[in-house]
This record gives sequence, structure tokens and C-alpha cells, in this order.
Amino acid sequence: MTTPNQFQPSARQHAWRKFVSGAMAGLMLVCAAVVMAPIFLVLYFLIREGATSLDWAFFTQLPKPSGELGGGMANAIVGTFVLLTMAASIGVPVGVMGGIYLAEYGSERANSWIRFMADVLNGVPSIVWGMVVWALLVVPFKTFSAYAGGVALGLMMIPLVMRTTEEVLILVPQGYREAGLALGIARWKIITVIVVKTALKGIITGILIATARVAGETAPLLFTALGNNFWSHRLSEPISALPLLIYSYAVSPYDDWHRQAWAGALVLMAFILSLNILVRLLSRDRKFT
Amino acid sequence: MADLSPPKPIAAGPPAGASSAVPRIPPSIAGGEMEVAFDIAGFSLWYGANQALFDVDIRIPTRAVTAIIGPSGCGKSTFLRALNRMHELTPGTRIAGRLRLFGEDLYAAAIDPVVVRRRVGMVFQKSNPFPTMSIADNVLVGLRLNGVSDRAFLRDRLEASLRMAALWDEVKDHLSRPGISLSGGQQQRLCIARALAVQPEVLLMDEPCSALDPIATAKIEELINELRASFTVIIVTHNMQQAARVSNRTAFFYLGKLVEYDQTRTIFMNPSNSQTEAYVAGRFG
Ligand SMILES: Nc1ncnc2c1ncn2[C@@H]1O[C@H](COP(=O)(O)OP(=O)(O)OP(=O)(O)O)[C@@H](O)[C@H]1O
Ligand SMILES: [Mg+2]
Repeated sequence: MTTPNQFQPSARQHAWRKFVSGAMAGLMLVCAAVVMAPIFLVLYFLIREGATSLDWAFFTQLPKPSGELGGGMANAIVGTFVLLTMAASIGVPVGVMGGIYLAEYGSERANSWIRFMADVLNGVPSIVWGMVVWALLVVPFKTFSAYAGGVALGLMMIPLVMRTTEEVLILVPQGYREAGLALGIARWKIITVIVVKTALKGIITGILIATARVAGETAPLLFTALGNNFWSHRLSEPISALPLLIYSYAVSPYDDWHRQAWAGALVLMAFILSLNILVRLLSRDRKFT
Repeated sequence: MADLSPPKPIAAGPPAGASSAVPRIPPSIAGGEMEVAFDIAGFSLWYGANQALFDVDIRIPTRAVTAIIGPSGCGKSTFLRALNRMHELTPGTRIAGRLRLFGEDLYAAAIDPVVVRRRVGMVFQKSNPFPTMSIADNVLVGLRLNGVSDRAFLRDRLEASLRMAALWDEVKDHLSRPGISLSGGQQQRLCIARALAVQPEVLLMDEPCSALDPIATAKIEELINELRASFTVIIVTHNMQQAARVSNRTAFFYLGKLVEYDQTRTIFMNPSNSQTEAYVAGRFG
């Protein structure tokens, strides 16, 4: 090196920089590990405490009266699926169509209001949803019911599904819409047959995420579905759900119920985890061009 | 529902009584015996407060290729998109003037833009086959979504359109493969086939070869040459040689105005306007 260069660090400066760089990278690795740790912690405890109570009876039998050993959560598992089905039948059509409206129709001004309100709704505490639906459906009909629980979860799903649907529709290149229009195809057909189909994976991903989000909700069900120790024969009756049963077992004084609560939590977690894995698989190759 | 029968030829020349309202036609055209597809007079277009087209007068012949040339931003795409009312997708646009296709006012209140676009097809700069559809579905989507379900008819249209787009031999054995599995040049010809399948009267092409290599470009030029026999083709291009090779007539736009419009030979060999001369000689643009 013949010409002195002020931007060329000396050997000592260089070593110091390398040290700082390494230290920062290490620190960030630790932080990343801290982020990862809870998920392993959760799985570790659920499996340690819950796996032993997971037997055939857990999935096939009703809860036993307090004091008796054994029994299962069959009615709660079925109840959760019933509630999620009802929630999806409200949240998916309304959310998807709302998202289509936001992405494809609507003026910029109206849309920014709708978007704002959807975001506010996403932030409404879930217990508030429970109270509102309690006032709307439980009080007038004088009974807790599966309907009320499904509606509470469905209302929570709407803004979630709506926003993700909008986001994936906006990603569909404008060129496809123009190509459709240039063929003399009516706009609504272009949207349903071409645009929505192109973004379908993304829309389904959003639906699964919203489902996973509400699957574990307890608070909105406390005042609506209430819970039930037996099979529900009508949707107008109270119905059991995994989070509700986990909650009431966990706060009970019986060791056997505590173990069952862990097992219930393990099943719920496994269900939500598998929804998330499905989402990963679906969104692995989401590109439109 | 949709009228997808072949275009009915309409009597040549301006509609009766309108001839006195067509003043600024260059002599070489006014005297010609061509059959007019687009008859456009005093046509202006605004994007909000910005005027993009100024008082355009032009009569575009059918069964011929017309090239639109001019420097970037001069309004070529805007003009082309006005021909099938595609610009209406951009909020805040406004037009004035007359635009007739075979004597019919395309901007009349009773005319549905969807019907206009069925008659006036378009091929875009960037090829855009629908990603969820097979080659065959891409070609047939326009017919299917317009309510055509006759299988024999669809099969005929599929083959005829792909043949017209010079793509049939390359794809006939794997029509169910995704449209986006084709090469760039093949995709563009697939888009041409898709546009031809609905049997439009006019085909608009906005720089259809600008993303293609010379061999793919040559294929498409050859295809444009064949389309000339039965269609009205209007092509926007930045490539002077291409305009000279494929077109019968050339229109030179500059700053939103139609500067000169004439036989292609005249535009390139003996233009009457000095700006045209400078542009085709490559001295600006
Ligand atoms: N969506 C739009 N909103 C506002 N102004 C626009 C819009 N599209 C085009 N313009 C304006 O209209 C004028 C003509 O644009 P146009 O795209 O028609 O040019 P062009 O001749 O096709 O150019 P190029 O050769 O680059 O494609 C330009 O000044 C452009 O800024
Ligand atoms: Mg352009």
C-alpha cells in the first residue's frame, strides 16, 4: 500500500470491528433463541403433563362426574368443531366478500374507513365479543346456545378474513383484470373466476389463520356457548368446547381433572399447530407471475 | 346472450351526412377507397386535469395494419386504450369528440363497454396468460365466460385460434399444461390466440414484441401479416423497422397530438412534417 487511505482501517481498528460485529451477532442469536424458547416450553409442559391422560377414552367418552376417575372430552372436541363450523359459515362468506369489495370495488375514501373499522374490530378484546353476543342472542332467547357461541367466534373471524383476503387480492397483478376485460368478460366474472381463483391459496391461508385464532378462544364462549357436560342435541342448547372444559377443569380442585385439562390443552394445541403447518404448506409457493 | 358471430361488414366511408364534419383528413386518405374501421374526429382525452390527447382526427382502415409510433409519453397507449374504452378503468378520465367503429358510436350512452371490448380485443406489452388455467382454458376463457358451452364449437375455436396465432403445432399435444409453462414468445402468441378466440373485429396491440427476442418477434410479425387479411390490426411500437415491416399505414403522435398519418411508405420515405422526419430518422424520441 503506497498511498495512505483514510478509509482503510488499521489492523487494530479492524480487529475491534470484527469483535463488535461478532458480539452483536451473538446477542441477536440469543434473542432469537428467547423467541423460540416459549414454544418449546409450551410443548414440553403440555406433553409432560398431558400425554399420560391421552387415551382412547379421552376422545370417546363424556366427562365423568366430579370425584370419579376416567372419562374424556369427546363432547368438547366435537363441540369445538361444531362451533368452528358455525363460525366459519359466518366469518368466511362475509369476510371474503368484504375483502373482495375492498380490493376490487369501493372508493378509496370509503375503503379507508372500512379498513380502519376492520382493524379496530380486530383489536376488540374477545370477552367484549362474548358480552355483545350474550346481550344480542342469549338474553332475548333466554338460553345459552351453540348458536350464540358460533356467532361470537364468527364475528371475530370476519375482520381477520376480510383483511387477509383484501391483501392477497391486491397482489394479483392488474394485467389479469385488464386481460379479462379486453376479452369482453363482465367484471364480476373476472373477479370471481380469474382474480379470486388466482389468489385462492392466499385466501384459504387467511381463513385457516383466522380459524386457528378463534379455535382457542375461551372468553367469547363463557357467556354464549356456556359449556355442557353432556352431548348437545340441538344447536339451541349450550354446547361444550375444548377451551371451556380446559378452563373449568383447570380451576377445579381435583388432580385427575387437572391432568385432563393438560391433555385437553395438548389436543387443542396440536390442532392449532396443524392448522399453522397447513398454512405454511399452502403459502410456500405463493406467487402470481 | 353474447353476439359472437363474425363481424358484419359495414358500408365503407363516413356515415351519410357526416362527411362535411371531417375536415382535417390528409388528402392521401380522403381520396382513398379504403373501408374505414375507426372513424375518429376531434377526439381528446384527459387524465384528471392533464390532457393526454388533443383533438385527434384519424380514420383507420379495416383489413389492414396500422402502426402507431411516437416518443415515450406521447399518448400512444392512451389512444389505443381509448379505442376499446379500457382507459375507463383509470378513475378521473374524461373524453371529448367522436369515436366510431364501423359507423357506430362506441361512446354512445346505450353502449356497454363490455360489448365494445368484445368487438375490440387487445394484446398487452407483457404477456399475461391466466396463471390458474391450462393452455386450452386460456384460449377459451373469453368464450366460456360469455356463455358459450357447445363443445364442438369450442374445440373448433381452440384449434382455429391457436392456428391463427401460429402456436397450434407447438402446443397441440399438451393443451392441458398450464399456460404459464410456455416460453415468453409462446405466451404472447397464446395471448393473441386468446384475444382472437372471441372473434373480435379489431385487434389492438400495445408493444406486443418489446419483451421478446428477435426470433419470437419475427414469428409475431409474420402472424400480424396474416391477420391483416381478415382483421383490423392496430399496433403500437417503438421499433421503426417493425412499423415499416408490418404496417400499411402509420400514425405519428407527438405530445398527445396526431402529427402525421399516411401510408407507411410515405411516412418513412417522404414525410411531409419535419418532426415526423426527425423522429423516423432517429434524431429524437
Ligand atoms: N393513469 C394515468 N394517470 C395520469 N396520467 C397518465 C396515466 N397514464 C398515462 N398518463 C399520461 O398520459 C400521457 C401519455 O401516456 P401514454 O402511456 O399514453 O404514453 P405512451 O406513448 O404509451 O408512452 P410509452 O411509449 O412510454 O408507452 C403521459 O404524459 C402520461 O404521463
Ligand atoms: Mg405505452
